[in-house]
Amino acid sequence: MATRIVARKLEKRFGHIHAVRGIDLEVPAGQVLGFLGPNGAGKSTTMRMITGFLEPSAGTIHLEGIDLAEDPIRAKRTFGYLPEGAPAYPDMTVEEFLGFIANARGFRGRDAKDRVERAIGRVNLQSVRRQAFETLSKGYKRRTGLAQALLHEPGILILDEPTDGLDPNQKFEVRELIKELGGDRAIVLSTHILEEVEAVCTRAIVINMGAIVFDGTPAEMESRASRETTKNRMDAAFRAMTTGDVDARTSKGTRR
Amino acid sequence: MNALQRTAVVFRREFRSYFQTPLAAVFLVIFLFLAGLFAFNIGGFYDRNQSDLRPFFQFHPWLYVFLVPAVSMRLWAEERRNGTIELIMTLPFGVADLVIGKFLAAWAFTTVALALTFPMWITVSWLGTPDHGTIFVAYLASALLGGAFLAVGAFLSSLTKNQVIAFVLCAVACFVLLLAGFPAVLDFLRGWAPRGVVEGLASTSALTHYESMMRGVIDLRDILYFLLVIAAFLVLNIFAIDWKKSD
Ligand SMILES: Nc1ncnc2c1ncn2[C@@H]1O[C@H](COP(=O)(O)OP(=O)(O)OP(=O)(O)O)[C@@H](O)[C@H]1O
Ligand SMILES: [Mg+2]
Repeated sequence: MATRIVARKLEKRFGHIHAVRGIDLEVPAGQVLGFLGPNGAGKSTTMRMITGFLEPSAGTIHLEGIDLAEDPIRAKRTFGYLPEGAPAYPDMTVEEFLGFIANARGFRGRDAKDRVERAIGRVNLQSVRRQAFETLSKGYKRRTGLAQALLHEPGILILDEPTDGLDPNQKFEVRELIKELGGDRAIVLSTHILEEVEAVCTRAIVINMGAIVFDGTPAEMESRASRETTKNRMDAAFRAMTTGDVDARTSKGTRR
Repeated sequence: MNALQRTAVVFRREFRSYFQTPLAAVFLVIFLFLAGLFAFNIGGFYDRNQSDLRPFFQFHPWLYVFLVPAVSMRLWAEERRNGTIELIMTLPFGVADLVIGKFLAAWAFTTVALALTFPMWITVSWLGTPDHGTIFVAYLASALLGGAFLAVGAFLSSLTKNQVIAFVLCAVACFVLLLAGFPAVLDFLRGWAPRGVVEGLASTSALTHYESMMRGVIDLRDILYFLLVIAAFLVLNIFAIDWKKSD
């Protein structure tokens, strides 16, 4: 299956708030997709629908060809998900927490232990493995969240702000990890750091007020900045698309 | 993994979590202390000169009214507060696996607390010759009552992320469930309500069924009553979680 994520005409309403307005998305294997947009644009809401945490008000989602609404349990095996803020149980140690995730993914005994070891090694959690989650620094919390998402080596990774709140060194490490993971996976990550998109993503999508306003490569996105701009061209392009400075907001012209 | 294995994974994590916080110790101490206090001081355990455990079991419903909500309030409210609800709902679990696994863990925990009162049983056996069958059925009744209250509390906990609200709602609901069978309430109603209504109301009360079992009589209807309450509130819990998903 080449196309790992297919979302069609996704809509989400919270009472009178229309958070997501008709998002279409196809992510093939090997693609690292950067999800961009201002605060409240609907990035997290879209990811929560794709991972089955929220039910779409309308639209369909297929993961590795499995209909999420029809067979949620099987569909949920296909991806690893890092929710916004990297939540985990505060009283559990890193090791215990990852052990639980391994069991939840159907690994037991030796198998589960191996998986936990590999995940700990992959994101360098050795030094804090016996520490309670609530006592970890932000960076280690985020890494624990990543380890949890990677543990079963899924073909799909959905990461909501994986580098938020990390220091420059850790940001670098996480980006390297994501690049490394790329390969045969479909990765969707949201971020507010535009240089990150240039560094790791093969495709960028900008959403504003619940709708896609740009879909293309990072280089194409940069070229949307006005010619006079020389510095921070990504930022300029982002502002143009999401504040209405230029008519970049009419979605027709910007979709591929 | 089948549903049973998934539920077992949820159960294990949840059950262990009770012992990772002081909650377990605090709960066990308070439960054992109050159960003993009520039985000996208020229930007149010694004065009755009878070797049974009635004074002990008599107070369980009232003890559970505020101890069970302390256990159940955290079941879902805490997952919402920690944000871990988003994690468990996106792991390959079904909603029923989560609801049942969590409920069973809480029930196992309160049942452990109840089982730790076994020195009472030993004491009466040592002082006299109690009817062991009666005591066993009373223990069963107490465990079932705790389970019914927990199911109510788990459902109410799924409606809010505020643990205090979850606690109060559960305590009130359990109290109402008891009150419908309280003699004073029934006597008051008998004054004017038709007999059928009063009996009907009494039969919906947990207290009526609990007391009939406490006497040592195993009546299938009593057991069925508790199991039905548990099942009904677990189903409501599943609906509540599903409904929150679509908000
Ligand atoms: N449970 C909810 N109930 C009501 N409104 C909600 C809910 N969740 C999200 N919203 C609203 O939906 C809109 C989109 O929110 P979302 O969290 O998806 O934005 P985002 O793009 O992830 O923003 P950020 O960059 O700040 O993380 C916002 O207006 C938000 O207030
Ligand atoms: Mg967000």
